[in-house]
Order: sequence, then C-alpha cells, then structure tokens
Amino acid sequence: MKVAIASGKGGTGKTTVAVNLARAWGVPVQLLDCDVEEPNAHLFLGGEPGNEVPVFIKIPSVDEALCDACGECGRFCEFHAIVVVGKAPLVFPGMCHACGGCAKVCPRGAIREVDERIGVVETRKAGTVSLTLGRLDVGVSMAPPLVHAVRKQIREGSPVILDAPAGTSCTVVATLRETDFVVLVTEPTPFGLHDLTLAVDLVRELRLPFGVVVNRVGVGDDRVHAWCRKEGIEILLEIPDDRRIAEGYARGRLLVDALPEYAGLFRSLAGSIRARVGVAA
Amino acid sequence: MNIVFSTSGDSLDAPLDARFGRAPKFLLYDLEAGLARLIDNKEGRAASQGAGIQAAESVARAGAGAVVTGHCGPKAFAVLRTAGIKVYSCRAATVGEALAQYRSGALVEQTEADVAGHHA
Repeated sequence: MKVAIASGKGGTGKTTVAVNLARAWGVPVQLLDCDVEEPNAHLFLGGEPGNEVPVFIKIPSVDEALCDACGECGRFCEFHAIVVVGKAPLVFPGMCHACGGCAKVCPRGAIREVDERIGVVETRKAGTVSLTLGRLDVGVSMAPPLVHAVRKQIREGSPVILDAPAGTSCTVVATLRETDFVVLVTEPTPFGLHDLTLAVDLVRELRLPFGVVVNRVGVGDDRVHAWCRKEGIEILLEIPDDRRIAEGYARGRLLVDALPEYAGLFRSLAGSIRARVGVAA
Repeated sequence: MNIVFSTSGDSLDAPLDARFGRAPKFLLYDLEAGLARLIDNKEGRAASQGAGIQAAESVARAGAGAVVTGHCGPKAFAVLRTAGIKVYSCRAATVGEALAQYRSGALVEQTEADVAGHHA
C-alpha cells in the first residue's frame, strides 16, 4: 500500500504528519522523502546516514564530425534543450527532460546519450522506519527524475509513505502517481484553504482517493471545515494548535515521542487510511 | 543587414521592450532597404521555460544580423552567438531612438549575457 502526504501550501505540516504516521503505523514502514529540493524527514527520524548513490539522467552529446546541422533534433525537442542555429546543435542540459528523442530522430546517428548527474538517493534505517530520501544537486532544475529514482527503492511487502513537496507541479505529480491514497495536510486559514483547493483539483485530476488532515486547529477560521463539508471531503484527523507541539517540532523531535498523548491520533489516522484503502495492515 | 528590436508595438515609434525572450514582438529592420517587418514572439512569450531560446531561434530564422534589446539572458545569448548574431544592450525609449543610436555607433556589442537565467 502506498500513501502520499501532500498539500498545496508549504509549511502546513506534511513532514510532521509523514514522520509521525510512519512511526505510529504499528509495523515497519518505508518512508520516501520525495521533497528532493529540501528533504527533512531525516531530521526528525534520525538514524545513521546511509550511502549516497548518485542519480543520472541521459542528455544528448553531439558528434560534430557526423552532424550536418539538419535540425531534426531541434524540431523534435519540445523543451528547446537542443537547438540548431549554426553548424552544430547547442545543448542546454538544464532544459533536457531526458526523453532520448533527439538521438532517435537524428538521421546521421550523430547524437549519443551521456550521463548528467542530478542528485543522490540515500536510504537509512531509523527504528521501525526505513527512510529513503532524494537530494537534488544545487543548480539542477529537473527534479522529477530524482523522485522516480527515490520511488525505485520501494520494496513490496511493507506499507509505503511518500512525503511530497509543496505545490502542485511536476515533482508533486511524480510523487502522487500510482499511490493508493493521498493525505492532504492543510491549516484552517484563508491561505491553507486556497492552496487546499488547488491540491484537491490535482488529486481529482489524477483520480486518486484522498482525505484531509487539518493542522493547528484553533487558529484562523472555519472555512476549511465548511468547504470540506460542502465538497464531501472527509477530514481524517485534526491536530490541535498546541504550543507544546510547536516546541517539540522546533527541537526536531517526533510529536509521538515528545507528546505520547498524540500517538493515538496518528494510530487512528493509520487505521482510517487502511480502512479507506481496504487493507488489513 | 537585418537588425532586430524587441518591442511591444508595431512601428519605429513603439517602445523598445527591455526583455528579449519574453518581448511581445520583434521589429526586423532592413538597414539597406529601410523596410521594417514584424515577428510575433508568441511561442517565446508563452513558453514556461526556454523563452529566450525560442525567441533567439525565431530571430535567427528570420535572418537577423544583430539584435538590439534591453537585456538578454545566457541561453538566448548562446543561441544568438552561435547563429553569428551580434547583441546590443540599449536603454532607448523607442525602437526609432535605438535605431538612431545603432547607426551613430553609440551601442556597444555585448560579449556575454547581461542578466542571469531563470533555470540552470
């Protein structure tokens, strides 16, 4: 079973929900930190850092001796990662989505694909949680292939929790695709509601079952609750606006460890998700 | 030689657009014939990424020998340089003024991009 934790807005508590849900699940789980631009689940879970395995994408390299500047590659590339204006193509690695099309359409076989490093994947053990995280190299804009590399570490058998980046862009889609359930974390503020509606649009377009966790209940207003009622969206869990939670978070502690009275909330969230997905464990 | 100006309008009186990649249009001026024609930068403007690359391809295909614009990013500059197109940065208010500055030799050719790109 694969469960993704997402939100429209940043800072709503995705990682808080992901790490505490992972710890409270009751059986060993795999947690994938797919927020590859700023992974931080490991800061809460601890554990010894594992080996960093570099991740590469394939980008074109042009043999100028074979190239006759016909321009087929440039006409094919939707992202303008390869452009022919002079005697040979110019390649812009940062634009390349690594589809390999340019090499296939080149009539002279002048293009071969070469490795371009985009980041690393690391797996570590933290108690009952096996954590895999992706870390995008600074200056790299092509994050989805790194999310795919993180997802390749999924091992069948144990539940998998995927911590998504904020927003609704390609990296989020790469994280949410082919999961069984999505937990959308929001806060009861106009900003939380606005971005929740975007995230709901996204999961509906992806046709994924989902529910909402409202964090910091007690601040803001009741528009998130009212909107979820109107849309028929289930609120799976409400986390109260408790100063002690913020204090534990500020020290990098797991909520279920710092305040054991909240462990039950996350166990019941795990139960609700299992019930919604229709599996026993 | 054809010289290309980034602009939001359609004549020599129109404003010179400070952006290259996301300029609405390009005015291509034939220096010898004294004739102007417009190139729509529809593709470049609508691109989520790579606007400069597309704009540079368009002006290269149109047969430009020089580009006069406000600012040009690194990818557009690389394409223009590869196509043998000279790039001049200019702060003139209108295309006509920019043309006059070019003719008087007041514009200095850029040797590198003068603004940072938006992506790696």
